[in-house]
Amino acid sequence: MPMTFLIDTSRCTACRGCQVACKEWNDLQANKTRQRGTHQNPPDLNPFNYKLVRFAEYKENGKVVWYFFPDQCRHCVSPPCKEAADSYVEGAIIKDPKTGAVIFTERTRLLKPEQVEEVISYCPYNIPRLDTGTGILAKCTMCNDRVKRNMLPMCVKTCPTGTMNFGERSKMVALAKKRLAELKKDYPNAQLQDPDDVNTIFLLTEDPKKYFQKVG
Amino acid sequence: MTNHWIDIKNADAILIMGSNAAEHHPISFKWVLKAKDKGAAVIHVDPKFSRTSARSTLHIPLRSGTDIPVLGGMVRYILENGLFEKDYVVEYTNAAFIVNDKYGFNDGLFAGYDADKRAYDKKLWAFETDEKGIPKKDKTLKHPRCVFNLLKKQYDRYDLDTVSKTSGVSKENLLTLYKTFGATGKPDKSGTIMYALGWTQHTVGVQNIRLAAILQLLLGNIGVAGGGINALRGEPNVQGSTDHCLLWHILPGYMAVPRATWPTLADYNKANTPVSHDPMSANWWQNKPKYLASLLKGWFGENGTKENDFGYRMLPKVEPGVDYSYLYIFDRMYNGEINGGFVFGTNPLQSAPNSNKNRAAVDQLDWLVVGELHHTETSDNWHRPGVNPNKIKTEVFLLPSAHRVEKSGSVTNSGRWIIWHDMAQKPIGQCRSMGEMIVDILNQVRSLYERENGVYPDPLKKLDWPAYYDSDDMAQRINGRFLKDTTVKGKTYKAGDQVPSFGALADDGSTVCFNWLYSGSYTKEGGNKAKRRDLNQTAMQKNIGLFPNYSWCWPVNRRILYNRASVDLKGKPLAPQKAVIKWTGKGWEGDVPDGGWPPLATGKGRYPFIMRKHGFGQIFGPGRPDGPLPEHYEPVESPLTKNPFSGQFNNPCFKKTSNEMDALAKPGDKRFPIVLTTYCVTEMWCGGGETRNTPNLLEAEPQLYVEMSHELAKEKGIQNGDPVLIESARGSAEAIAMVTVRMTPLQIEGKTVHLVGMPFCYGWTTRGVGDSTNRLTASIGDPNTGIPEYKALMVNVTKAQRLRELQA
Repeated sequence: MPMTFLIDTSRCTACRGCQVACKEWNDLQANKTRQRGTHQNPPDLNPFNYKLVRFAEYKENGKVVWYFFPDQCRHCVSPPCKEAADSYVEGAIIKDPKTGAVIFTERTRLLKPEQVEEVISYCPYNIPRLDTGTGILAKCTMCNDRVKRNMLPMCVKTCPTGTMNFGERSKMVALAKKRLAELKKDYPNAQLQDPDDVNTIFLLTEDPKKYFQKVG
Repeated sequence: MTNHWIDIKNADAILIMGSNAAEHHPISFKWVLKAKDKGAAVIHVDPKFSRTSARSTLHIPLRSGTDIPVLGGMVRYILENGLFEKDYVVEYTNAAFIVNDKYGFNDGLFAGYDADKRAYDKKLWAFETDEKGIPKKDKTLKHPRCVFNLLKKQYDRYDLDTVSKTSGVSKENLLTLYKTFGATGKPDKSGTIMYALGWTQHTVGVQNIRLAAILQLLLGNIGVAGGGINALRGEPNVQGSTDHCLLWHILPGYMAVPRATWPTLADYNKANTPVSHDPMSANWWQNKPKYLASLLKGWFGENGTKENDFGYRMLPKVEPGVDYSYLYIFDRMYNGEINGGFVFGTNPLQSAPNSNKNRAAVDQLDWLVVGELHHTETSDNWHRPGVNPNKIKTEVFLLPSAHRVEKSGSVTNSGRWIIWHDMAQKPIGQCRSMGEMIVDILNQVRSLYERENGVYPDPLKKLDWPAYYDSDDMAQRINGRFLKDTTVKGKTYKAGDQVPSFGALADDGSTVCFNWLYSGSYTKEGGNKAKRRDLNQTAMQKNIGLFPNYSWCWPVNRRILYNRASVDLKGKPLAPQKAVIKWTGKGWEGDVPDGGWPPLATGKGRYPFIMRKHGFGQIFGPGRPDGPLPEHYEPVESPLTKNPFSGQFNNPCFKKTSNEMDALAKPGDKRFPIVLTTYCVTEMWCGGGETRNTPNLLEAEPQLYVEMSHELAKEKGIQNGDPVLIESARGSAEAIAMVTVRMTPLQIEGKTVHLVGMPFCYGWTTRGVGDSTNRLTASIGDPNTGIPEYKALMVNVTKAQRLRELQA
């Protein structure tokens, strides 16, 4: 039984504990950033940010709404990135049969530039990033080292509100359905994003497009 | 907090006002969301739509500094519509007390104001008493001078129109707020109020909170599960440091600091020990002499004798009428009246108001000792931008501090839970904990006095001072020990044993205790209870999430203060579905009650508000220097020229310093037409000294910004992300414009008023992030506490032509 994240955005306060804890656990260096008129920083996922809280704000019928989207790899059931990489370098991208974690290995370094681009373009969620220093492709690891020792991924461990949930797929799918039913009352457009295809299921209260805004 | 974090989940309605709880106390939202899951309305009243607002049911923007109009309007609405909890109000609050006939209120001023002294004669606000000295009451609430009717009269002026045009809150939003929160006035419903520095940091700060207390008393929301006045204290230990007298005006355990007018212990006790002649009033502070004597014995040990008042006579005493708080310390420093000093755990040249003045003030010092983790704007003041280090005379000693995780000790959270933490790793290099520094420094000073003597060395030489710092020993002394064999409730303790609780403390010098509130936290029977992590609880306790065996809570492990107000006169819970305590006929179950006396109806009970002299919740509060009832005054800097509620523009007692660097904008000053409010940011801690040096946090919030509405940005020709200049009467700052729908222009008295907001965590010692926002703020403060008015000032904003402080 693969493991699955349920990210309940209706509970997210964008405290960014997940974003920072991810960097700490994975020992990722800090980027030099600047203020560009938004709290979203760094502006996008990058080789040193596997997890990024996206902010998007609107005024709709005089009412302010602010969406938070703790973005990360979806750990697809059938990962297209792996499919692309497999045809060039075996073992560059692997899927842990026990946890379902999709892992970019050091062998991604062996992918040629155009192959890297192809791998990246295969991802429907625009997740993989190339570390131009090492030549390795980077993204969320599901904290597979922790998970295999029965510990929660760092982002989940850190989350104070119940936004980040993690467990066996069947349990997470059941929780997702329960929460969706509860949210439908107040948010008729509430939805699960591609729940059958991914092991990182986002529970959204509105159209997914609203959660992304061009930044900076 | 009167209650605690978990208890927020028990609320039927949550009012978050003067706080950005989700951003500054992220864990609070675990419990807010649990309440919301069960159907609680969550209303956030705040100038800015923040991450808190995003998760609330409703966000209501208001002009900064108009909390009293909004809440005063709610008092009026509750009284007018009979939403208050009548029995609670009559039996447990001072609503029925009769105020003497000299009391009055006229055009913004209470009776007894002396304009020269900028102070009131509070005697004119006293209650009428009977021949025994007990306040006269009219439980029918008909007497024209009973508190209930004075309250009605006070807030009769706070009608929807006036409140709306003063605060900028629409009438529709006001009514939604009033109806929603007013609905918690039913006995089985409760509403909680979560506040923080958004309420305290005003020249009416204490009165903001007083008004919240009045509301909660009217609605019967104090002492109950899911209720209370909940001050969200700063991470990590603001509660603990306040309990142990971080502030100048108190000794540990909230006892007044000695004054020159109280030369002996008897004088102190006479002036500070309340006397009640009502046998039903517990009047807990009548025990104060025991707590003070035990504290003095803790400080002076064997050298504290009956003859020298246990050492009281050796204590330094403050001059009456002199203020020793921040604003005045910096003022005296600026005037060259202070030669040197110690700064630990704070970065005042970044986080105190009016940085330009404070930085110049510190230049006057001969020497400065700073205990810090990192170089800060305070430690490095002598080479700040724009000054010539050769011209600064100050000699600075930087003592490298151990980080929190490099020492063991306790932290007291907002819910008054004392939680022990062990040392995770030894301090690096030469770093030491502050406890070690203080103990060692004073030992050196003591040995200097031993060798060289001095004018009056006794206060230091006679201290019972440890040879080295030991946090466990300190925790034991805080709890307290017996100095002689003593029998308490049939149990005999030996000299040197830990006291079981503050009930065992004595005023005859036979006990020591550093803080009576913490007595019971480290006992012979229970050990160090701050280390407890036991999740067991009874079904009744579990129902409201009390967790009495997890850590320990002051006082006496009582998790919800004033819980005797959660039951009726017979001891039956007013909200049975979330009972806090209940009387079984033999004793109390649930939480630790406010004293073990039986219910009031037995005739052997005590009134629930045991810390008040008369035992009642104070709707009328004659102890505050600036009035017994909260009244709206404009912030000292305001966009208005007239207070819509009275002829008195500002709080008539607000504190200020008056040096050449203390310029203030005039009411309605055309040079500074925009309201500025300042705040923390989730990713940075206070002045940012620690977190700016944490690369992953600086990555997330890298530079000083100013949040403004699209409307204001358009008026000023500013685009999102543009560098801008913000100017006040005292200084200027560069920031990046964050143009956002989350800031709302407000209609105030028929005119559009804009508001901008800035964090205060960016300082020049971190390259290119900007410099202190507090260069804009002013040395003005609340009359009760001296806390500065950081939340409402007047500024102007323009597009910056070139960058000096911010790196592109």
